Amino acid sequence: MIPAGFEYYAPTSVDEAVTLLHDHEDAKVLAGGQSLFAVLRVRLAAFESLVDLGKIDELRGIRDDGDALVIGAMTPHSVVQIDPQVFDHARLISLATATIADPQVRHRGTFGGSLAHADPAGDLPAVAVALDASFVIAGPGGRRTVGASEFFQGVFTTAVGEDEVLVEVRVPKYTGWGAHYEKFNRVAQQWSIVAVAAAVRLEGDTIAEARVGLTNMGSTPIRATAVEQALVGQPATADAVRAAAERAADGTSPPTDLNGDADYRRHLASVLTRRAVLAAAGTG
Amino acid sequence: MTRVTVKVDGSSYTDDVEPRTLLVHYLREQLGKTGTVVGCDTGNCGACTVHLDGRSVKACSVLAVQADGHEVTTIEGLATNGQLHPMQQAFHENHALQCGYCTPGMIMQSIDLLAENPDPTEDQIRLGLEGNLCRCTGYQNIVRAVKAAAGGAK
Amino acid sequence: MTSTQERPAAEIGAPRKRKEDARLITGRTRWTDNVVLPGMLHLAMVRSPFAHARILGIDTEAAENAPGVMAVLIGTDLADEQGALPNAWAVVPEQKAPTHPSMAVDHVAFAGEIVAMVVARTAAEADDAAELVDVDYEELPPALDLKASAADEVLAHPDLGTNVSAVWTFDSAESGTGQDVDAAIATARESGIVIEREIRQQRLIPAFMEPRSIVVDPTAEQLTVWSATQVPHFVRIFIALVLGIPEHKIRVIAPDVGGGFGGKLQFTPEEVLTVIAARRTGKPCKYSESRSESLMSAHHGRDQVQKVTLAATKDGTVTGFKAELLADMGAYLGLVTSAIPLLGALMYNGIYKFPAYRLTFTNVFTNKTWTDAYRGAGRPEATFAIERLMDELAAEVGADPLEIRERNWIKHEEFPFDTVTGMRYDSGNYEAATAKAKELFGYDALRAEQRRRRESGDPVQLGIGVSTYTEMCGLAPSRWLGSMGYVGGGWEHASVRMLPTGKVEVITGTSPHGQGHETAWSQLVADRLGVAFEDVEVLHGDTQIAARGLDTYGSRSLAVGGMAVLAAADRVIEKAKPIAAQLLEANVDDLDFTGGRFGVRGTESGMSMGELAFAVFQGHKLDGSDVERSLDADATLDPDDFSFPHGTHLCATEVDTETGGVKIRSYVSVDDVGLVVNPLIVEGQVHGGLAQGIAQALFEEAVHDESGTLLTGSFVEYLVPSAADLPAFVTARTETPATTNQLGVKGVGEAGTIASTPAVVNAIVDAVRHLGVTDIPMPCSPYRVWKALQEGTRS
Repeated sequence: MIPAGFEYYAPTSVDEAVTLLHDHEDAKVLAGGQSLFAVLRVRLAAFESLVDLGKIDELRGIRDDGDALVIGAMTPHSVVQIDPQVFDHARLISLATATIADPQVRHRGTFGGSLAHADPAGDLPAVAVALDASFVIAGPGGRRTVGASEFFQGVFTTAVGEDEVLVEVRVPKYTGWGAHYEKFNRVAQQWSIVAVAAAVRLEGDTIAEARVGLTNMGSTPIRATAVEQALVGQPATADAVRAAAERAADGTSPPTDLNGDADYRRHLASVLTRRAVLAAAGTG
Repeated sequence: MTRVTVKVDGSSYTDDVEPRTLLVHYLREQLGKTGTVVGCDTGNCGACTVHLDGRSVKACSVLAVQADGHEVTTIEGLATNGQLHPMQQAFHENHALQCGYCTPGMIMQSIDLLAENPDPTEDQIRLGLEGNLCRCTGYQNIVRAVKAAAGGAK
Repeated sequence: MTSTQERPAAEIGAPRKRKEDARLITGRTRWTDNVVLPGMLHLAMVRSPFAHARILGIDTEAAENAPGVMAVLIGTDLADEQGALPNAWAVVPEQKAPTHPSMAVDHVAFAGEIVAMVVARTAAEADDAAELVDVDYEELPPALDLKASAADEVLAHPDLGTNVSAVWTFDSAESGTGQDVDAAIATARESGIVIEREIRQQRLIPAFMEPRSIVVDPTAEQLTVWSATQVPHFVRIFIALVLGIPEHKIRVIAPDVGGGFGGKLQFTPEEVLTVIAARRTGKPCKYSESRSESLMSAHHGRDQVQKVTLAATKDGTVTGFKAELLADMGAYLGLVTSAIPLLGALMYNGIYKFPAYRLTFTNVFTNKTWTDAYRGAGRPEATFAIERLMDELAAEVGADPLEIRERNWIKHEEFPFDTVTGMRYDSGNYEAATAKAKELFGYDALRAEQRRRRESGDPVQLGIGVSTYTEMCGLAPSRWLGSMGYVGGGWEHASVRMLPTGKVEVITGTSPHGQGHETAWSQLVADRLGVAFEDVEVLHGDTQIAARGLDTYGSRSLAVGGMAVLAAADRVIEKAKPIAAQLLEANVDDLDFTGGRFGVRGTESGMSMGELAFAVFQGHKLDGSDVERSLDADATLDPDDFSFPHGTHLCATEVDTETGGVKIRSYVSVDDVGLVVNPLIVEGQVHGGLAQGIAQALFEEAVHDESGTLLTGSFVEYLVPSAADLPAFVTARTETPATTNQLGVKGVGEAGTIASTPAVVNAIVDAVRHLGVTDIPMPCSPYRVWKALQEGTRS
């Protein structure tokens, strides 16, 4: 099918984009479009205007900002995936990005677009939560920064308002940390049934710090703090990690669908957390 | 209507399009580039894969207006002076197609795959084609063709 | 008969690269959706979101006033014109079926049924206006569950008074082909083994890659219809019968068609409605469905509940088999919907010598998308049941599943073999195929690894699955089809035309959509006529060119259509021979035909088929008005019996007992499809068949929610596997010629699909049987495997 008609705007600055969003009722931001076009084509949604951020240079690129990496919202996945700075300082992002959809989608789909779409089964939100990323949002009143825990508010809902634009994401550096994204699905192209994002810093054979994020275990990505706490100070052995991973599903409310019920997802969260943490420790 | 200028398979075209026109519909209906086909409406099947500025994209997931000022290569632009592209040749040699509906997209993605990784393993080939569905071949000969094309390029 | 036996059969058996590829790899393909005609209008269908509802009213005013709209048609507008869609197979004389309108008039019976149609100047305008059609529905309770529907708990069509369309039974004792199955089961209960299972054959969607598309041009003398169909000849006849248009005023073209798998073996509502739209507007009209529409409204496949019982002696010798099937027709009967269970009904004995057999199937209506043929059509259902049961029997006996099979299968020296269902298996060699498969698979080493993993309690367990299958293919025999209630025949037609320049045109009634007939038929004719492969052109898929034909499905094309091509080529030679004798001034009996050349035995004198064709074209030297100035010949072929390909498939799976995830570690298929014309094409058919069979085992299922809405309505949810989800296959062949056709060929299009599903499921169950699992419903998703493990551990 063909999408319902819309007006198309392609601003060249963030300010211009914000003004367009502010001035137009029922306007939708177009980032990479890799989720949006499907929704428009099957006519599950229609908007009067699309504001394409693709021509705003400021939104694209990755830079080193001292203790953080800053990833422009419109940086394509295919760029993030192979960026050496991301690989060195936030490897979890490189690994998770490589699992998103397929190569064609990663050429068009964007880092910020995926995060702002806030699909509970999307791969980047759990990573952003695990890494404690912060989000720079521009609106009519200027720019503000929100933490990952406030950014994701529900299914397809974030802190980005209707006349706001996600500009960039600041990711603290995790230089020298091991990382692994353990994604579980039925076919390669499918969204995660459950996935676990893990990053650990080892001191000798001991886990000094750990970050664990869960994909598709609730309406928003979840940081498995109980697991993180249980891991700290433990040896990176199968038994110790297994014990900590038992707590992965604490406080989660996973969905039930064709791919599994909530119990199965809780079980998977624990198994996948163990595997993710052990793999992360092995890569550290 | 919005005016766009797009270079497709080496020729420049200037047309008025509705903003909602998807690149694949522009190619097929306004330019007659019917070699590129539509297989789904959710971006899963990859049948419409073309190159946009040299990178593979699903032409059902790009607006024609977004291609304004850019360069598109379709299956119809691969052969030069009557010589098949090595990937086209490899698909033929290895019986990598049956009904042929997925083939244009599959070939375009396979070319992109080798551009990123000239010497892929079998697993890398399979993963690199995860966004292209074929219902006929079971993929075995497609994988074989990509391997052969990679070998030939060396 | 003139023969080419002397010369090496260079073409038949050669791995010729396909002719079709040249256009397909360059984008020069002609798909139906590519057809553009002056002034062409576009259609959009409005489809019911409800599985079961009454239509109280439809407001089309807003749609009619939308930009670009030429017409909006609803069922009440078409009530007189649209007729009823055909069911071509009465499996029992008293078969019941609701009237099947192309557009619902006052009652919708599945979600996706067409309730209105917009005709507009562009496809976008048609889609826009379709959203403005306002339909007032009164929802009715839907009949969804197959068992409950069989008991008439909720009626899918209240006017019909029942959901049961037909009940069909075959009993070997009654038909004199075997013993009484109830007695066999009773004996086994006392002193042997009885295996009972309820098997769910889930609903699948054919999911051909090219969505269906139709273009109808009402200008000029004939109505021209392009359709992405497997069956252009059927479409022509049914347009005539349903819409009352004289058959000779209709031309149907199936141009390049992007896959079918049975899913395009149909005469569709969309075809009828596009014809109506074109006739009403007087303009060419096009309808191209979206993938979402395709998944919800093109016919589905499989969907049976099977209650099966196997009786055996303690040593695992089968003494009887009984099956009671419920088959979900969905909301309506399509062309052969009712016969899908029938096409498997006489094959549940597989390759085995069962002494007693009874099968009953009950065809049941529900408020779901209609079902019909999908790759294998009845035989996958049969093969899955018996091959699963043979593994269960082996487990019960404590024997190797291959040993149990060998104990029961028909030995190669016993062919031809009349089975307990009255079929005659003409040839086969199950021993040879199995031996080859075992060797390629490394069977013994994998069994040893399986033992090691079990002993060490490895979280990843290894399983080995077996499937030794046969199937009946090559539909055909018209007499058999007629005796079973089918309204049509099963013959096939071909013409071979010698062109003046020595080139050859072959016209075939088969309608390929990926099978490579242009290549394979060229090989047949090049071989027979001794002309170059490149000099043969195969024409098909246009009723004005291929006037007679019965199209492509049921693994029939080579065994029926290809043999018709050979017969026509032989007639060309027969026809040419006296003419050659005349021109060479020789006696007919002194002529040899070798390597494409007629030669006078014992002399240098001779002429090639090409020279002869030109001489006939000129006609200058032909004496006698009774000598036809043409070497062209036709042949229609209707074989006496089916062919029965067979083979042994072995699958090794790794089952992650923690997640339930299944990975196919290796897959070996050894297939015996008789003589092979083109091994490349055969191998490709096997690969694709395996992929679809494996997909049934692991990934695919059409799922409806409790209101009858299709939950797997896009490729996001309906999991067609990609390259990343399938293993590399090891394929090999044995070659036991069929005796039912002159070349000894059998069908290959469906074999891989039929064989592979039970091999995979058997492998999964085998991996975790020691953990208390004896069955896992398909598709064996990680969730289902995990649940089975949870239940197995508990019990």
